[in-house]
Amino acid sequence: MTTDLEGRVALVTGAGSGIGQASAAALARAGAAVVAADLDHDGARATADLITGAGGTAAAVRCDVTDEGDVSAAVAFAVEQFGGLHVAHNNAGIGAPPALTVDVLEADFDRVLAVDLTGVFLCMKAEITWMLEHGGGVIVNTSSGAGLIGYPTAGPYVAAKHGVIGLTKTAALEYVRRNIRVNAVCPGTIETPFIGDLVGGDDRARAALLRTQPGGAFGTPDDVANAVVWLCSDAASFVTGAALTVDGGAVEAQGVLLDH
Amino acid sequence: MSGLVDDKVALITGAGSGIGRASALAFAREGARGVVVADIDPDGGHETVELVRATGADAQFVACDVTDAAQVDAMVAATVGTYGRLDCAHNNAGISLTPRGFTEVRLDQWQRVLHVNLKSVWLCLRAEIRHMLTREGGGAIVNTASAAGIIGTPGNPAYAATKHAVLGLTKTAALEYIRHDIRVNAVCPGVVRTPLVEPALEIPEFADRLLRVQPGGRLAEPDEVAQAVVWLASDRASFVSGEGMLVAAGAVAR
Repeated sequence: MTTDLEGRVALVTGAGSGIGQASAAALARAGAAVVAADLDHDGARATADLITGAGGTAAAVRCDVTDEGDVSAAVAFAVEQFGGLHVAHNNAGIGAPPALTVDVLEADFDRVLAVDLTGVFLCMKAEITWMLEHGGGVIVNTSSGAGLIGYPTAGPYVAAKHGVIGLTKTAALEYVRRNIRVNAVCPGTIETPFIGDLVGGDDRARAALLRTQPGGAFGTPDDVANAVVWLCSDAASFVTGAALTVDGGAVEAQGVLLDH
Repeated sequence: MSGLVDDKVALITGAGSGIGRASALAFAREGARGVVVADIDPDGGHETVELVRATGADAQFVACDVTDAAQVDAMVAATVGTYGRLDCAHNNAGISLTPRGFTEVRLDQWQRVLHVNLKSVWLCLRAEIRHMLTREGGGAIVNTASAAGIIGTPGNPAYAATKHAVLGLTKTAALEYIRHDIRVNAVCPGVVRTPLVEPALEIPEFADRLLRVQPGGRLAEPDEVAQAVVWLASDRASFVSGEGMLVAAGAVAR
């Protein structure tokens, strides 16, 4: 078995930065033709350029994952551009300003759930609909360590990422006999623009976040991308419904006082 | 004989039927001073109030659409207005779609389940915790999640997603408010004989499958879930918080 994705077409949402960009590039290095989708069309284009500049195959599409029409169009775009859809990484996600449960704004709650959970639902629905008619495929959703444990001041995000795991397991069971595998990756704290927004250049907040890392360092987008490529490959042919942590042990360390 | 929740004031959403009604009766049986029966359905709600009063306990009905922030705030205010405080809350209101495949779930149906099963729990937590923070003694909250919050549920993606998410809210709120003496837990029932499940039980193939996957060969009765709810809400569970307690007779054994 191999992690060769030659001849496959992959769609990555949130591909304009961070984990999505790394995943798009890694899927392309493994041989897939990649559609980089992002709400930020320029970001998607930059990722596609990065891939084609390195000799890979890619195209960019603007996609608001909360819009069912946009999501269908992204799947159709992959089919038009590259002739199919075999691999999908539903990765687009947002956070909200840290707030305790009683202080969360209703608009933030709605927005986080719309992008991080409804967005994944809409993507899966469109991808599965196409894959069912064309012999199957592989889906990986970006959940989070926050999909497995609670995190103070991140209630809506934690809820949405738990929900993504519920969707992942459910779809995995529904379609395991239809040649569709569905898994999730649960990144810990990864060095991305998302984390930059979270700590907002505050060195103490950054240090506090570092203390939650058993290994004393954040992960890199490539750490997650490597797991995504493996899950999408035939090497993982018996893996479905899994929620794979890529977090340097942070979830397992919850509650343990770390001294770095 | 002393009860589990003597002199406490309890609020239960979705108390007009099923698990919520059983929970209202269990809080009353275990000594609650006042039981607020909240439901969107006044008929079912008033029926539960009569059943609770028949046991000799005090109960009040509050009409509430739990997806509406103002109505949820008003529900908690009404509880405090009637009984002076709120000690125990059971956020239980929920819905389900009839079984269908992932690709057959329409966006409007998805949104409805997300609102009733998930956003409502956050709105209730927010209103209840805000009250509990204003006074000494904290409080205890139990959310109704589901075994579908722990495992995948073929034929019901929206339910599985929202119930997983309820556990996320539960764990997060538990961590946030543990130092304020507010405990937040969830129950994760397996398949319970309630009006929620009845439509699915009418599909013979589905009903057969449901029974086949029950290690004990039967469904739960609502009171078997309510027993766990009242214990989690009681001072006997004083060191239990952030827990998603399975009441599923081994249907999920992990």
